[in-house]
Amino acid sequence: MSMNSFGIFFALLGAVLAALLSGIGSAKGVGMAGQAAAGVCTEDPSKFSKVLILQLLPGTQGIYGLLIAFLTMTQIGVMGGNPDISLVKGLLYFAACLPMIVVGPVSAIHQAKAAVASINMVAKKPEQFGKAMIFPAMVETYAILALLISILAIYGISAIKI
Amino acid sequence: MPDNGYIYAVARIRTKELQLLTASFLEQLLAAPSEEQCLRLLREHGWDGESHDADKMLAQERRKTWSLIGELVPDLSVFHVFLYQYDYHNLKAAVKESCRSGIHPGIFLEYGTIPSATIQKATDSRNFSLLPERMRQTAKVAMDTLLRTRDGQMCDCIIDRAALTEIGRAGKESHEEVLSLYGELTVATADIKTAYRAARTQKDHAFLERSLAPCDTLEISGLESAALKGPDAVCSFLGSTPYAEAAPKLKTSPAVFECWCDNLLIRSIRPQIHNPFGLGPLAAYILARESEIKTVRIILSGKRNGLSAESIRERVREPYV
Repeated sequence: MSMNSFGIFFALLGAVLAALLSGIGSAKGVGMAGQAAAGVCTEDPSKFSKVLILQLLPGTQGIYGLLIAFLTMTQIGVMGGNPDISLVKGLLYFAACLPMIVVGPVSAIHQAKAAVASINMVAKKPEQFGKAMIFPAMVETYAILALLISILAIYGISAIKI
Repeated sequence: MPDNGYIYAVARIRTKELQLLTASFLEQLLAAPSEEQCLRLLREHGWDGESHDADKMLAQERRKTWSLIGELVPDLSVFHVFLYQYDYHNLKAAVKESCRSGIHPGIFLEYGTIPSATIQKATDSRNFSLLPERMRQTAKVAMDTLLRTRDGQMCDCIIDRAALTEIGRAGKESHEEVLSLYGELTVATADIKTAYRAARTQKDHAFLERSLAPCDTLEISGLESAALKGPDAVCSFLGSTPYAEAAPKLKTSPAVFECWCDNLLIRSIRPQIHNPFGLGPLAAYILARESEIKTVRIILSGKRNGLSAESIRERVREPYV
């Protein structure tokens, strides 16, 4: 087995980890926010729609991870085409997935903490829902930046001839 | 349990905090012409109870708080620090009842961590092994002292000191900010009150030694020396401690000092209103409810006894929200 056979392994590893870790982070985040939302709804079910939106915010990282995994697998030919890529190219794909692998789960947990605090805010001041949305949404910025870099890198690598 | 374990509980408490009595509602109660009117306002606010029975209403509110906390926290023993005072009150009552003939109904409180019947049985049969280990030695010493000296005050001092020591220890060992703050403030303010009262009644060193419980924010030997010199020395000693504000309150009246102690605790736990995680907001909610029940009791009894709104107002505790 030549070293080049490892190219596809590293590329796939990057794709899988992006989906896996971002998914874990989002699951944990949505779960945390869900507990807070359930607590508010136990006492006041009329706040369901407001707290539901806040609960969903940490879920986006899981979707971003899935997107990166899908794009990578398409580019390396796992989902059809020629999966024969060099070791260097495989490592480059892995590197391209790294922003989502790291920033995805970390930002999901931190966004969940902000979402829990915002749900508590809505519990007391439902009229401040708009402001409460902004605090966890700010954390989203960094997940989007990581997503952008990963997408640009994946498309950039496909054009490199190595 | 990690902080994240209380997310659901804290969110429920946040909603419950909306029902806590506010300063403006307390003003409404103060302005009400009679106790009957106050009860009506409380019922409109959602407090349970029968029309003419304030005590039942307050007891029911207290039960509601603990039943809610029981739903939210799987192991209520984390909040036992709030209940030890009732255990030791019941121990005092049981020791005295055992040493004197007759049965005295209504002397036991129902809220402790140990059933009052168990404490009663332990003191009646002198079988202190029925009590938790932390109470055994205190119960034995208090009972022996009362039988030997017939001095009820000395017996009270022994049990009160043991209660304070237990509250301080439990607070510290909880490693929870609000609980350790509660333990520390409870012990420190009780020590200040005892020292000032001892100074005014010219109690000796042995009494102080028996009564003052150890705490971190007060140097007990310094407080003892000050109490032996007199009330002014206690006040000037407090000037060099975190409790400098207590001195003018002590000089005004014991009721004003008690009110200041409760307000100090409420002010210290108020940051928990903004804390979305952990046990702290739950502990703060229990203390806030206890404080508002105490305030309502003061207002109702003031109204019942025809005190002026001004006179009641100076005893009203600061609300948590």
